[in-house]
Amino acid sequence: MRRALETGKELSYYAASAALESADLRRRDVQAVVMATAPDAFDGVHMKGDYLADGAGGWRKPYLRAYVGGGSGVFSIIQGWSLVASGFFDVVLVVAEEKMSPVRPHPQAAFISIFDHTIERPLGPNLLWIFALEQHRYMHTYGIANEEIALASVKNKRNALAHPAAQIAGEVTVEQVLASEVVAWPVHRLMVSPTSDGAAAIVLAAEDVAKRISSRPVWVEGVGWSLDTSYWGNRDLAYPRYVEDAARMAYGMAGITEPRRQIDVAEPYDPFAYKELHHLEGLLLAERGQAPRDLARGRFDRDGELPSCPSGGLLGVGNPIAAAGLMKICELFWQLRGEAGARQIARTPRRGVAQAWGDLMQVGTVVVLGVVG
Amino acid sequence: MNSHVAIVGVGLTPLRPVSPDLSYREMIFEAATKAYADAGIGPPEVDVFVTVAEDLHEGTSIADEYTPDQLGAVRRPVHTVAGDGLQGLAAAVMLVRAGAAELAVVEAHSKASNITTHEQVLALALDPAYERPRRINPHAIAALEMRRYLYDAGASPEVTAAVVVKNRRRALDNPYAAYGAALRTEEVLADAYLADPLRTLEVSPYADGAVVLVLAATDGARRPRAVGIRGIGWATDEPALSGRSWAQATYARLACDMAYAQAGVLAPADEIDLFELDDTYAYKELQHLEAALHLEIGEGARLAAAGRTGRSGKYPVNPSGGSLGMGYGYDASALVRTAMAVQQLRGEAGALQVSRARTALVVSWRGVPTTSGGAVVLGAA
Repeated sequence: MRRALETGKELSYYAASAALESADLRRRDVQAVVMATAPDAFDGVHMKGDYLADGAGGWRKPYLRAYVGGGSGVFSIIQGWSLVASGFFDVVLVVAEEKMSPVRPHPQAAFISIFDHTIERPLGPNLLWIFALEQHRYMHTYGIANEEIALASVKNKRNALAHPAAQIAGEVTVEQVLASEVVAWPVHRLMVSPTSDGAAAIVLAAEDVAKRISSRPVWVEGVGWSLDTSYWGNRDLAYPRYVEDAARMAYGMAGITEPRRQIDVAEPYDPFAYKELHHLEGLLLAERGQAPRDLARGRFDRDGELPSCPSGGLLGVGNPIAAAGLMKICELFWQLRGEAGARQIARTPRRGVAQAWGDLMQVGTVVVLGVVG
Repeated sequence: MNSHVAIVGVGLTPLRPVSPDLSYREMIFEAATKAYADAGIGPPEVDVFVTVAEDLHEGTSIADEYTPDQLGAVRRPVHTVAGDGLQGLAAAVMLVRAGAAELAVVEAHSKASNITTHEQVLALALDPAYERPRRINPHAIAALEMRRYLYDAGASPEVTAAVVVKNRRRALDNPYAAYGAALRTEEVLADAYLADPLRTLEVSPYADGAVVLVLAATDGARRPRAVGIRGIGWATDEPALSGRSWAQATYARLACDMAYAQAGVLAPADEIDLFELDDTYAYKELQHLEAALHLEIGEGARLAAAGRTGRSGKYPVNPSGGSLGMGYGYDASALVRTAMAVQQLRGEAGALQVSRARTALVVSWRGVPTTSGGAVVLGAA
């Protein structure tokens, strides 16, 4: 939602409680808690992980906060996976929370503090500015038109109409997207996800425990993450190589050698319309520069060959930074179990990939989830 | 799964009150260079990197952005734990155990000298609705806890003053320490109160520095100078001031018990040869000792008063000089304590050396207003 009346603690509590209830577990069954939450500057609380701990169920438990900017939501399940795969814990609760609304007059202003204090902040940049740079580079390198990119907004806002937590779902046309205000050329307002408040949570369990808790667990088959240089001005922004690095790591672990054939559903990070396409290419699910064409011919529609963002993504559901990534994991969970309701893709998928992105356009976090049979 | 993980490389920059000639990235680079040389490896051989940082200590949001370059970790698996140094160490240990890494690196640093208003930054960690409106100096929270501890312990302020004297004197022999000094107990007791009963000299002074550790899976292979991580634990207790147990460090007790269970330590008082315990405030050293040894409130104070926590005592505590003697660097302090403990177990602590040191315990705390901390048992597996 745009602005929650609940505190971050309460948002965490609602998500954590719902996750435990969905697994028919109690807090006492949880052995450790992982929290993913992005800039403290938004909530306005220093060491915000500690502040949120009790709301997230971490009271008197091993509680750990992982923080890789916008990549945190998908990294949270990677962190949680390591707690279980290490053999230390059998049941782990993973919570992702974000409350951006406290920043006045607009949360976007707080992003000035992510930039290098010496060489960048004096320029007064913001995220719209730097992502516009990247979108323009992407368009220029591959000869992509803005009309092609606008289709991602159309698809995801429509998909989100069926998502119960959607903040900005709706039917829009390419013309309406391109008629919306230019926030930083070539980015139009309807190509940008909103600032949001929200929380999500999942429960992870070791194999033998998972089989006792659920008749249809969703398995973490592969994890990968990669952080590129902080000197983003020295990189070619046309291709997210750090997403490919992370994807190869995750695919390698999952035994995936032909991702386009072996992945049935994708939830790439889509804070901006062009990023869904950029990331699909980094995930090796489309040729470089070709994702817009695949999108135009319906390949990524919910009833297409490789449904992408069937949830509605950040463009349709909203962007509470860390929670948005975990929202995508939740979507894959429901899709893989055939429980996505009106959003369910027709051929119940067997394997899905979720991906998030963050920091200074430099981190890729990728998770492959799958079900048996 | 790799069931044995060891620290095989350590790099620590000498802690300094200010470091105007170095950026934090340059300090990290120095620590990393030392750690890689110590481990006999180069960064391309490292599988995962874990860094520890808090945005409001860095003055930068998403501090994770500025981590990879100076570690040699560009386009590698790097992530930040916004938490205690031992939580970062635990994250790396778990990645090695899970088989995601054979070699892992953990980094933490402090550029506390960049922060001009420490108390105001700390105050932002208080609950915005219930606690911040009281406008208290966060150190007063430690003072409240100290008062409760002294009362329940039946201890006098001499015993916490003696911790200051011990640790700052030890630091005179520590080339990595910033605040070595020969103080007398009377001087500490005559010092101005920061908040009664907490004296200014009982608050560890800030320092800049960087620390990098290299971890390796050691199943089968014997690596020279490797120090085994036998057990590691961490816990968070009550965030609210109103709900917490004031006199004892419950988080430390939980963290130690988790580490002991993994390490197979049944009688810590007999099995641990030296202790590097968080002493952000002098009284915390005693609280953390009591948590570590399962002592009643006050028994730690009595052990200290009887001289048992000196370098040649039965329970050597902070032979490095702790944060009081070396300097305090927020969440990096936990890894400084760890680096000092590793030095001891390698027999390379020089004038600080505790004799026959085979097993060490490190206990950490995130500082006011948190009730979060960690514990790690180090030694031959």
